[in-house]
Amino acid sequence: MSENSGFLQLSHICRTYQDDENEIEALQNINLEVFRGEFVSLIGASGCGKTTTLRLIAGLDKPQAGHIYLEGSEITGTDPKRGFVFQQGALFDWLTVEDNIAAGLKARHIYRRNKEKVQQFINMTGLTGFEKAFPHQISGGMAQRVAIARGLINAPEILLLDEPMGALDSFTRAALQDKLRELQKISRTTMILVTHDVDEAIYLSDRIVIMTPRPGRISEIITVKIPKPRQRGGVEFLELRRELLEKFELASAKPQPEYVI
Amino acid sequence: MKKDIKCNPSSGQADFCIQNEIEKEKISAKEDQEDKIGKYWKKIILTIFGFLLALLGNYFIPQKAAVEIAVYRIGGLHFDINDNYRIVLLALMICFLLDGIISGKNEKNRKHYAHMAAFRFVLGIVLLIWDIGGTKLQIFTQPFFPGPAQILGAFLEEGPFIFQNTLYSLRLYAVGFFIGTTVGIGTGILIGWFPTVYYWVHPVLHMTGIIPAVAWMPFALTLFPTPFSAAVFLIVICVWFPVASLTAMGIKSTPKQLFEAARILGGGNSYLVFHVAVPHALPEIFSGFGTSNAFAFTTLVMAEMMGQPGGLGYYINLSQVWSAYYKVFAAILVMAILFSFITVLLHAVELRALRWQRGLLK
Ligand SMILES: Nc1ncnc2c1ncn2[C@@H]1O[C@H](COP(=O)(O)OP(=O)(O)OP(=O)(O)O)[C@@H](O)[C@H]1O
Ligand SMILES: [Mg+2]
Repeated sequence: MSENSGFLQLSHICRTYQDDENEIEALQNINLEVFRGEFVSLIGASGCGKTTTLRLIAGLDKPQAGHIYLEGSEITGTDPKRGFVFQQGALFDWLTVEDNIAAGLKARHIYRRNKEKVQQFINMTGLTGFEKAFPHQISGGMAQRVAIARGLINAPEILLLDEPMGALDSFTRAALQDKLRELQKISRTTMILVTHDVDEAIYLSDRIVIMTPRPGRISEIITVKIPKPRQRGGVEFLELRRELLEKFELASAKPQPEYVI
Repeated sequence: MKKDIKCNPSSGQADFCIQNEIEKEKISAKEDQEDKIGKYWKKIILTIFGFLLALLGNYFIPQKAAVEIAVYRIGGLHFDINDNYRIVLLALMICFLLDGIISGKNEKNRKHYAHMAAFRFVLGIVLLIWDIGGTKLQIFTQPFFPGPAQILGAFLEEGPFIFQNTLYSLRLYAVGFFIGTTVGIGTGILIGWFPTVYYWVHPVLHMTGIIPAVAWMPFALTLFPTPFSAAVFLIVICVWFPVASLTAMGIKSTPKQLFEAARILGGGNSYLVFHVAVPHALPEIFSGFGTSNAFAFTTLVMAEMMGQPGGLGYYINLSQVWSAYYKVFAAILVMAILFSFITVLLHAVELRALRWQRGLLK
């Protein structure tokens, strides 16, 4: 399989949820190709199926119609090859930072051979000195870095991130975005990020997938051509930002909204 | 620290006010410190004083009532029960003095010690009154309320026998509690993890669980080969129920997301059970331990009082037959010490095992 023909392929994905009375079309005919090493953001109004898409790729959920392929083989269940970072981190409260990060290695019984990797990821995510801390003792930003390190230690081919910075203040968020960019540069992991933050999407992504709700569909895919590393206040950056916000018909309403929700 | 330092504007020192304040604050902090130490010493003295009064009372108040002050020979020395009682009081005073000195080094311990001072003082006074009412003048109904010296005399009279029975109780407790918690955690995991097991076993657990374990005594005594194993069975039953149902609850309440996270990390079913569900259920498991610990004490003593060849409950029964109520009290004293020791130990283990949870609970 060549580098350029879809590393990850979603073809004709449909997913409906049965509520008490009505059916909700969370996803309707989703087609998407993601290339190896690419950084893709999913962005769109609440309820447009971003989380559902990630869960399907992770194998936590199954589509009613359509298929998802990773390197040509169909996804049927979870696999450490596809990492996932949950919005609230979903850390194991009873494990220290170190043990949380090592969890993937231990779960796969390959911890002994890879012990030094743990410290490596601790250092890479800037958690040095907090190895023995428990999740309740660290800040929200640190907890998300633990979650990201935990997701990356299994060396996944693709890392799925569901609003990992949703609950953070803007300073912590910017720092974590830099960290994430750096980590992607080092590991060359393909990443799909769900976010509500247009700036975040532009800052990190190679492509931005805009989704619309009811039914959940992809409305547009924008390629970000600005060379990395990007300047948050750069001319091209602001231009693209305005363009994106216009697409959400919010740019005119408020001059400079922080995020689009 | 006191903050009520004021400058007197009429004294013409207003300019130096700030400098002075800093210095005054330093001095006052020092005074405060000295003041605190002085107060703390008073607390130590207060703590010991009650026991000192009890000791002096025992020594100087004449024996009016006709009580036989038994004398025992231990290692060539002659002890009567009053000597014994005074040694115990003296030991208590030394312990509290040392405790006071050691606690003084740490703010938290010092506060606790100071807080307990009044209570401990009154404890000494109660001992004094008890000694007078129970032994010296014997105003209390006899033979039901013997004085403290007589109660402690039981240890002189048959210390080794009491010790032997204590060991029996301890052994019964340890075996019963260990098997009960092991079986309890095991069934709790099965009930919490497999819906089918939950469906079939949980109602049974609930129905049998509310029955006090000693109700099974007749069956236990006939079905088990030895009285010891019958008592173990009863303790196992009473420990099993709370541990199993709380373990199951803890496991069932594990957030789905944690299982999903573990699966994605590559964890199999056994990882999900033993590295996610069980640790998540640990707080509940320990709360089950706490409950069943109390049940186990009750069941233990009841079982011993109803047909065991040993144990503190058995010793109580035996003493009651001879109307030796001072021995009953002695056994109760041993139980109080033993059971609080076990409870404290269990609590320490819990604090250690749940240290990841501290702060989350607030
Ligand atoms: N397990 C479920 N049961 C029923 N309905 C669901 C379930 N999961 C998602 N949905 C519905 O599917 C739709 C898409 O949900 P999804 O969580 O994917 O949206 P989202 O884009 O992630 O939204 P948000 O930005 O709020 O996180 C929503 O209308 C939601 O109510
Ligand atoms: Mg979502």
